[in-house]
Amino acid sequence: MDNLLNIFIKSAFIENMVLAYFIGMCSFLAVSKSVKTAIGLGAAVIFVLALTVPINWVISELVLGPNGIFKTDLTFLRFILFIASIAASVQLVEMAVEKYSPSLYNALGIFLPLITVNCAILGAALFMVAREYNFAESVVYGIGSGFGWALAIIAMAAIREKIRYSHVPAPLRGLGIAFILTGLMGMAFMALMGINPATYMQQ
Amino acid sequence: MAETMTKTAVEKEKLEWFGPKERKLITDPLNDDNPVTVQILGVCSALAVTTMLKPALIMAIAVTVVTGFSNLVISLMRNGIPKQIRMIVQLVVIAFLVTVVEQVLKAYSYPVWKQLSVFIGLIITNCIVMGRLEAYAMANPPWRSFLDGLGNGAGYGLILIAVAAIREFFGRGAFMGYKILGATDEFLLNTSKHWWLSWYQPNGLMVIPASAIFLVGIFIWIQRSRNPKLVDVS
Repeated sequence: MDNLLNIFIKSAFIENMVLAYFIGMCSFLAVSKSVKTAIGLGAAVIFVLALTVPINWVISELVLGPNGIFKTDLTFLRFILFIASIAASVQLVEMAVEKYSPSLYNALGIFLPLITVNCAILGAALFMVAREYNFAESVVYGIGSGFGWALAIIAMAAIREKIRYSHVPAPLRGLGIAFILTGLMGMAFMALMGINPATYMQQ
Repeated sequence: MAETMTKTAVEKEKLEWFGPKERKLITDPLNDDNPVTVQILGVCSALAVTTMLKPALIMAIAVTVVTGFSNLVISLMRNGIPKQIRMIVQLVVIAFLVTVVEQVLKAYSYPVWKQLSVFIGLIITNCIVMGRLEAYAMANPPWRSFLDGLGNGAGYGLILIAVAAIREFFGRGAFMGYKILGATDEFLLNTSKHWWLSWYQPNGLMVIPASAIFLVGIFIWIQRSRNPKLVDVS
């Protein structure tokens, strides 16, 4: 139990997808113009990550691994199967949400299909494999990293709504300042693991 | 009548291999329509691989290959893909190409593969590839789509290489892995032995991932102040 809580905190804050690894940046920068849409996309990402990370765990253990149903090492097929399962589950989620909760579907709008190409989803699946989590850990990791991503995009959207009232130099307005803000937020999040360039030098 | 005229004109244009339009497809993404600084595509994997120049160079080549060939393949198939499943078809093509690139890299340059493994995989969801497929290859002939892919890959690579060169030089005092400036004898210029360089300290900020994002932000600033057309008015 301690271990699971640990993974949740670690994936949500210390190893935050956006602010520590800078993964999932495209939609993070493109959709963070207003808090309302940021909340919608954040919720959708949490949901899809909580679903796809365990599904991909099952695929990588039971289908691709040497102990899986084919008894051979099929890891070279990992990308294709992962992305296919992500695309399929996003499609399924979209259809289910459309059927059972049209209001939520309208709120999320185009963000649901866009999630397929959010690097954070595939990134989480690949990190899950690289860190050799078991099933329960991968569920918690999916929820935690989704939560971290949502937190980051909502915070960013709130800052960008406020920054409209400041005197930013014209060429830096919009995208430029968003990049610099993300960098500053990233550095703030780094305080959670300690800012020591020597640890990065070794990588 | 006028419509058919323009149609034949368009078809005639297609026959050129390196006409002005084709050249524009390559040169536009390098500056005015840069995928990273203008279209906000492919920022995701751009930043994690730029601590050193060599992996950034390999990443740039890998992305250029994938964008070029996926644009070509999708453009060849564009009339046969049903609209509902086009995303899955596109992703399967991209994933196939990325797998090929990954296996080639694993075979010929194992240490780099180890360093880049997760990020090579993330080329699949690199918005550049999918974005160009949706925006260009689905509606244009194969040769032009191929050039558009190469141009956008190169525009992405340009930013990647610029960021990586700055980060490696100022953060580690090195260039392409050759150590140039530093306080020990490993480096070409041992700063502790020259009185006029003894002030030198490597800039630790440049090693931290956040610096890549600052650098891209500064690139956007420079580019937009030189090219007021791109300034965000909202």
